[in-house]
Amino acid sequence: MIDVLFIGLSLASILLLVALGLAITYGAMGVINMAHGELVMVGAYTTVMSGIWLKLGFLASIPIAFLVAAGLGWLIERLVVRWLYGRLLDTLLATWGVAILIQQAVRLEFGLSFLGIHVRGLGPGLQNVSVPGFLQGTFTIGDLGINTYRAFIILVTAALTVLTWFILYRTPIGMQVRAIIRNPKMAAACGIDVDRVNALTFAYGSGLAGIAGVMMSGFKTVFPDMGTSMVVDGFLVVVVGGVGSLAGSVLSAGLLGEINGLVASGTNDILARAVVFAVVILIIVLKPQGLFSYKGR
Amino acid sequence: MVFDRRQFLKTGALAATALATPTFFHRAARAADSIQVGVLFSLTGGLSIIEKSLADATRMAIEEINAAGGVMGKPIDIVLEDGASDPKTYAEKASKLVIRDRVPTVFGSYTSASRKAVLPIFEKRNNLYFYPTYYEGYECSKNVVYTGAVPNQQLSNFIPWIIKNLGKKKFFIVGSNYIYPREMAKVCKILIEANGAEWIADEYLELGHSEWGSMVNKIKTSGCDVVLSNVVGDSVVAFYREFKNQGLSHDKLPICATVTSEIEIAAMGPEYAVGSYTSFPYFQAIDTDTNKAFIERYRKFVNDPKAVTHHALESSYFQVYLWKQAVEKAGEATPEAIREGVKGQEYDAPNGHVKVAPENLHTYLTPRIAQWGADGQGTIVDAYPEPVFPLPYVAYGETKENLFCTEKGLDVAKLKG
Repeated sequence: MIDVLFIGLSLASILLLVALGLAITYGAMGVINMAHGELVMVGAYTTVMSGIWLKLGFLASIPIAFLVAAGLGWLIERLVVRWLYGRLLDTLLATWGVAILIQQAVRLEFGLSFLGIHVRGLGPGLQNVSVPGFLQGTFTIGDLGINTYRAFIILVTAALTVLTWFILYRTPIGMQVRAIIRNPKMAAACGIDVDRVNALTFAYGSGLAGIAGVMMSGFKTVFPDMGTSMVVDGFLVVVVGGVGSLAGSVLSAGLLGEINGLVASGTNDILARAVVFAVVILIIVLKPQGLFSYKGR
Repeated sequence: MVFDRRQFLKTGALAATALATPTFFHRAARAADSIQVGVLFSLTGGLSIIEKSLADATRMAIEEINAAGGVMGKPIDIVLEDGASDPKTYAEKASKLVIRDRVPTVFGSYTSASRKAVLPIFEKRNNLYFYPTYYEGYECSKNVVYTGAVPNQQLSNFIPWIIKNLGKKKFFIVGSNYIYPREMAKVCKILIEANGAEWIADEYLELGHSEWGSMVNKIKTSGCDVVLSNVVGDSVVAFYREFKNQGLSHDKLPICATVTSEIEIAAMGPEYAVGSYTSFPYFQAIDTDTNKAFIERYRKFVNDPKAVTHHALESSYFQVYLWKQAVEKAGEATPEAIREGVKGQEYDAPNGHVKVAPENLHTYLTPRIAQWGADGQGTIVDAYPEPVFPLPYVAYGETKENLFCTEKGLDVAKLKG
């Protein structure tokens, strides 16, 4: 039974890892960032590329992936999203377009493949990321074999969640972000540089996606389409948790992960997914604002 | 020199006409003294990763034939179309090839979905399609020549071998949730029971899904001693990684796969697959001069010294030669003549001797089992002594003595009984 709960917890941590960034960009800024999955993919490819070209290990690529994804996120905010605040559906369409651009850039090796030049680590194929030996296999607690890599993901997710909480609730810039969530115009009137804070927030959310990408690359397949399915799960977590609530995202990721794990072990994975979707629908019907919601002013 | 707009338009229009004309005449002029064939694979979209390599192998065979003097002294002209990883596009492009270009044969398709989409066009127009991929069987068309393995050619040696040589008794069958793995599972169960072993589970995961935590945990607690995997596509990588990360080893509990090829092994990292098995008629590791020369030529053709060859790719290559021999035997390049000509046609392919069965237009292939090593290559641990007769309906009780699919077509009465 404990092994099933552990798998549930692991599923939850993976959901949360992707959702953390979204909780910030969607929850806090009201931007439906469809390119979030692609930022995860960029993080994964950063791991591949830094392994091949910089000879860096898996762990060393975490900060690089954060910086690359954050930089890309910052660019997206400056070039596209900045013009679309307050227009929810337009952000969806625009960032979807950005997502396709990023995907094709990776697939076509930034256009070099048209010229017959091939860059190792890019292109339409599957990529291989090697994971350090101490993260492979299992360790045992009592008579329970724990999957080391999944335990590692849980730790990383927990650390990032705490970090994000700390930034949001214990730093001056976090307070500014929260002020903007509640009421951007009033925040601006109080002297907060909304433009700058928004750009930084978006970059930070994107950077989190980059780290999620590194984690995913260690046990999932790295290829240009990998982000597409993740962004859907990420939005489920954020919507169920309540837009703008970090605690809500944590709770809903835990809930959906455990439901998935339990149902899958009792029946099968296909049914588990259906049950998860049914639960999501039920929660949205009963609590349209999500599990945790605040009153906007 | 300064252009005004009118001048620019005039010059532009002239230039465009000049550029367009040669191709326009070119095709009409070439058509008379060459044989046109269609090549239809996904060059874009999600499936392009693998289908592009099939298109390359097909083009390579055609260029080789042309360099050696063509077919009946005529060069082969390729009409290349892109199926765009979408069955609907496949159907449109197939119609275009058959109706407008009037090619007598099309080489194409990787997935069953795309083959099923184009099948009605070839049957209605009585044209001919060469299909290079291993597939689930359950098809009997006089308009398709199948050169990939059907279930009995991947499993009929594999399952008895696992039971006898590895001494395994309890199978856990796992696959992606669509028609191919489900049909494969049917054949597996027949063979497992016939060989005195048992299967204890038959589980599926969504196609393209890569969360294996629960499934591998189930495998771990199920008490099975061998896993038979019909998992396809990018899920394979996540499966093998999760398998090792949950502390399972291929020494005690090997994964025996029907679809895991050199490509997936390279992507997951060979350390995750060391000791596991795959059954295919062709592996890059086949140690013959024909195969080595083939790999070398292919790498040169695609300009990639590390390019990987695999079963469907090899079939894409040799089926063009089968087609060439059929045209030469028939003496004319019409679909009916080629179909009659291809029956019983034999060729020494990189995987060994192949032959088109006259009864059902499927191909005799030699099943092989490979064990994966640390270098990402297989070691052939078992090969059937001779090519095996293809039985597309083996899951429904077809045997060589009692064929369901013959030259007259499918015997529906037998299928129901």
